[in-house]
Amino acid sequence: MTGPGLDIRLVACAKTFTDGTRALEPLDLDIAAGETVVFLGPSGCGKTTTLRIIAGLERPDPGGRVVFAGRDVTPLPVEKRDIGMVFQSYALFPNMDVAGNVGYGLKVRRIPAVDRRRRVAEMLEMMHITELAARSVDQLSGGQKQRVALARALAVRPRVLLLDEPLTALDAKLREELRIEIDRLLRNLGITAVYVTHDQAEAMALGDRIVVMERGRVAQVGTPREVYLSPANPFVARFIGTLNVVSGEAADGHLHLPGGRLALNGAGSIPASGRLSVAFRPEAVAVIPLINPGDQPHPDGGLIGTVTAAFFLGDHIRLVIDGAGESAIVALAPNHHRFTPGDRVHLAVDGGAMPFAEG
Amino acid sequence: MNWRFIVPLFLTLLLCAFLMIPVGLSVTAGLTVNFFQGVESGLTLRWVAEVWRLYEGTIYLSLLIAVSCLGVTLVLGVPMAYVLAKRRSRLTRLLEELLVMPVAVPGLAIALALLITFGGFREFRMSWAFILVGHVLFTLPFMVRAVLAVLSSIDLKGLEEGARSLGAGFFRRFFQVVLPNCKSGIVAGSLMVVTLSVGEFNLTWMLHTPLTKTLPVGLADSYASMRLEIGSAYTLVFFLMLVPLLVALQWLGGPTSPRRRSSIDPNRRRRP
Repeated sequence: MTGPGLDIRLVACAKTFTDGTRALEPLDLDIAAGETVVFLGPSGCGKTTTLRIIAGLERPDPGGRVVFAGRDVTPLPVEKRDIGMVFQSYALFPNMDVAGNVGYGLKVRRIPAVDRRRRVAEMLEMMHITELAARSVDQLSGGQKQRVALARALAVRPRVLLLDEPLTALDAKLREELRIEIDRLLRNLGITAVYVTHDQAEAMALGDRIVVMERGRVAQVGTPREVYLSPANPFVARFIGTLNVVSGEAADGHLHLPGGRLALNGAGSIPASGRLSVAFRPEAVAVIPLINPGDQPHPDGGLIGTVTAAFFLGDHIRLVIDGAGESAIVALAPNHHRFTPGDRVHLAVDGGAMPFAEG
Repeated sequence: MNWRFIVPLFLTLLLCAFLMIPVGLSVTAGLTVNFFQGVESGLTLRWVAEVWRLYEGTIYLSLLIAVSCLGVTLVLGVPMAYVLAKRRSRLTRLLEELLVMPVAVPGLAIALALLITFGGFREFRMSWAFILVGHVLFTLPFMVRAVLAVLSSIDLKGLEEGARSLGAGFFRRFFQVVLPNCKSGIVAGSLMVVTLSVGEFNLTWMLHTPLTKTLPVGLADSYASMRLEIGSAYTLVFFLMLVPLLVALQWLGGPTSPRRRSSIDPNRRRRP
């Protein structure tokens, strides 16, 4: 449908606002044609600023360049960049009905009314909102509004689609539904997409690559797998998913903790002795219920702790365990187990899954 | 029904009577053959016809000035409100305050200032355009405020960015997106401007010449020099012109006014 997307290159794009705050440190990034890149980070990390620079709604500081398919578009305003954009606030025009909104970009491009109507019908069908064509946008639910916004952005066949937290204002169920829809669209259209979110689940589901940002800097660029399994630093590790960090004394290849000891066979760079912190994901922990009060931790490494909270989440159980480390450890257990607070459990941590150790 | 209901009802009716009886008497006077003999002397439209014969010109001039004033305040006021809504700085705040000055300063003082400044331009001073300038000064803040209120309540920045992302340049998005979405403010401001312009007396009285009398000036003139029935009939004509405008204004500003359009709860919006 839409022609293949174009590649985007950001060269030394920085942004300092007029009041002197630095929203974005110089950023270099190549986005391949047809790729979906997700900017992920907490509020104020510079992700939206980056998106607005790509869109042309903000100018990068002097020296920064935005290049679309080899062409420098830095001086072009947004209306000349041929992009599609979806906003968190939907930004639908209340003075037009749904069809009017979807067809607006075509009208601006002076597409004849007949072709325009055909294209609008096509877009409404693609977004499964054909029956809403004559509705006023004030009568739509949030999910419907965002579908209209997507149809409107895609109607002009942009070669780049920019999405600024499009699902943030929706409730959880709709978010999931629309996320799947957006994923399907981006795959089918082969359009280059840049997506901004603070929700790591959204980022993992949609991104070919994720750019994790922190205070105006890129913390890591990588595929969802890379970012999750080998985070570049503690910030990335903590921001994406849950992370347990335990600290203790290292001696003879083990980390000694209140509830037992962990084998340090993860990486060669870990010092053999001294104070050490080790991090691991909840799913790297194997939990076994203990029945006898006299049970000891496994001699090769293991911790004993007490369940303080157990959340049955359907596909698994999320446990919070005290007494194994200095602070609580979060672990996942298969859903056929039953845990009640106060149960004693044995924890085995897969050493290979430890993403980093800090001294 | 108990006294908790009856007493407030009685007071309300009393107050209404206090306000309405003089109006009713004045209207009656304008339709009575001889007010001093009372309604028994018979009802007539003679005085209304007389008013029309004597003051037809003032009525047309008032309407002409009101419509011109509306045109000028639309052309000046709507873009002004747009700029004020888009650029929130100390300068624009100051401008907004300055704009309201003519409402606070007595009309006579403004008229005097206009006379001192422009009195030397004879042609201008003698034309109705001179009165128009005064009316524009006086009514402009009402237009700006009404439009600004709506522009501040909608997601102006989001709407404009949405239009820009679809390729719409400045004029296109101003006329196709901004203006239609502040229509309720423009309509309310317009009614206000026309109503104020038609009824304006202070400024106009100072600025008018014998050849540029507006309705309220003519009204004062008739009260001073005509018999009571003519003055009252004139009031009646004035009412007939203003009441529909006031009703429209009330209707627009009432609880059925177009609801505030904001596509998202502002508390949930997230900064980058």
